[in-house]
Amino acid sequence: MKQQSEGQRGARVARPSSSARPRAWLGIVPFAVFCLAFMILPAGSLLVGSFQDPQGAFTLANIAHLFRPDILKCYLVTIEVSAVTAVAGGLFGLLLAFSVTLGGLPKGLRSGLLTFSGVASNFAGVPLAFAFIATMGRVGMVTVVLKTVFGINLYEHGFNLYSFWGLCLTYLYFQLPLMVLIITPALDGMKKEWREASESLGASKTQYWLHIGLPILAPPLLSCMILLFGNAFGAYATAYALTGGLLNLVPILIGAQIQGDVLHDPNLGYALAFGMVVVMTACILAYTALQKRASRWLR
Amino acid sequence: MSARRGWAWLWLFLGFLYFFIPLLGTFIFSLHGKRGVLSFAAYHRVFADPLFIETFTFSLQMAILTIIVGLCLIIPTVIWIHLRAPWAKPVVETFSLLPFVIPPIVLVFGLIRMYSAPPFQLVSSRLLLVAGYVVLSFPYIYRSVDAGLRAIDLRGLTEAAQSLGAGWGTIMFKVVLPNMRVSLLSAAFLTFSIVIGELTLAVMLAWPAFGPYMALVGRDLAYEPAALAILSFLLTWGLIGLIQFASRRLAGSALGGTH
Repeated sequence: MKQQSEGQRGARVARPSSSARPRAWLGIVPFAVFCLAFMILPAGSLLVGSFQDPQGAFTLANIAHLFRPDILKCYLVTIEVSAVTAVAGGLFGLLLAFSVTLGGLPKGLRSGLLTFSGVASNFAGVPLAFAFIATMGRVGMVTVVLKTVFGINLYEHGFNLYSFWGLCLTYLYFQLPLMVLIITPALDGMKKEWREASESLGASKTQYWLHIGLPILAPPLLSCMILLFGNAFGAYATAYALTGGLLNLVPILIGAQIQGDVLHDPNLGYALAFGMVVVMTACILAYTALQKRASRWLR
Repeated sequence: MSARRGWAWLWLFLGFLYFFIPLLGTFIFSLHGKRGVLSFAAYHRVFADPLFIETFTFSLQMAILTIIVGLCLIIPTVIWIHLRAPWAKPVVETFSLLPFVIPPIVLVFGLIRMYSAPPFQLVSSRLLLVAGYVVLSFPYIYRSVDAGLRAIDLRGLTEAAQSLGAGWGTIMFKVVLPNMRVSLLSAAFLTFSIVIGELTLAVMLAWPAFGPYMALVGRDLAYEPAALAILSFLLTWGLIGLIQFASRRLAGSALGGTH
């Protein structure tokens, strides 16, 4: 409401002369130039490079090479890590957020969990990798305690922190809190009246969740998971510090390409980076579309 | 009813275990710096390393520069949009959210490709690193500044100040900015927490920053990385705490607004 009236007022004041519009345009020039110079054009140069051969002529070969088995595998592993941590982090984050919003726990726990989530979702990168190495690495505290006290040797049972599942476990440390932060508003929007109305009409708990709760929650839940997916997909620092580049993720491969042309083909490197932007864009578009749908009910 | 509460407690307890065990494990691990006894030896060694001070200072400088450049770029733009060019809002909003679509590793790849050859040979300049950091912090700065401006009656305040004879300098520094200090502070702290331990851009552009330093320590040593992880966690906790403290303490005393 407020925004709308401001917009109307703005329109009335800003319109008076036709020469005001070109001048109004000037105010965003510094910002636009900066964005062009340090974001749009650099990203654009990768896009252009991914459709060029080393001599600069147009080609689709780089895009075709993205479907080479080794590179496709790289994308698949990255997508798997992102999907696993998005779904696991999403579901568990939902349960955590549910506990402190609708679960009937003391109010203090809610602000405590939200504050901690704010911290933990920012605690990523190198220090996070260190924390998991110190805890679950070969000589980490938990590994040692499990071995000496309980006689369970994690690493003999196939667990390896520096592998796929170890990376997933580590990523969850920032995925889970992010989920708590972004799904809590949706849960807050679940009105008590809906449950009461359905109960007074004779619906059971299962019927309420099946026909009212879940249909309303599904769009925000899905959109939050998509955001988590994108969050993991672009992550470089944590994976770099944890696996030292052993696990073949797209960001790691791009990093190796920047530092030493491991692909022996700069233009394929550009295509690799361009592919990441495509996946991220798809994520953000799906997120926005679903959020719009979700806002019909939850506001 | 009580069954639901029981489940809620269970989930919260599991979450607590997942979040708490790595912190506790890392902390205990970091105390093993001296053989046979628990001590803060690893922490002493971290602080005694001249590279620690050097790289931290470097990242600190970059963080401050990023905050200054980012705020100087975004505040005037957003104020301008609110006052003169509401039609430009979607454009600027899209631009400032684009870093979510362009991961840091892709951004730095593009920056290197574009600026490693003439006419703009910037790869070995700190300017490029700061510019990259400003891009990374765009979404956070934009969101904070926009929220801060929406919370005050910008048009009313500026018109009142103008009718009292204030120039644009006075309006900005005596009226608008003081009213936005909470959101400016939180933008600054968030930017700081992004830049201080940032790895991707610093490694690829080959700067002796704190992030690459930590990664190097992790490759060579055992207990010092754990100490660094605990220190980073405390730093993050402190920054987020400061944001929340600032918004609670200062929000009540803000002038103008809707009340």
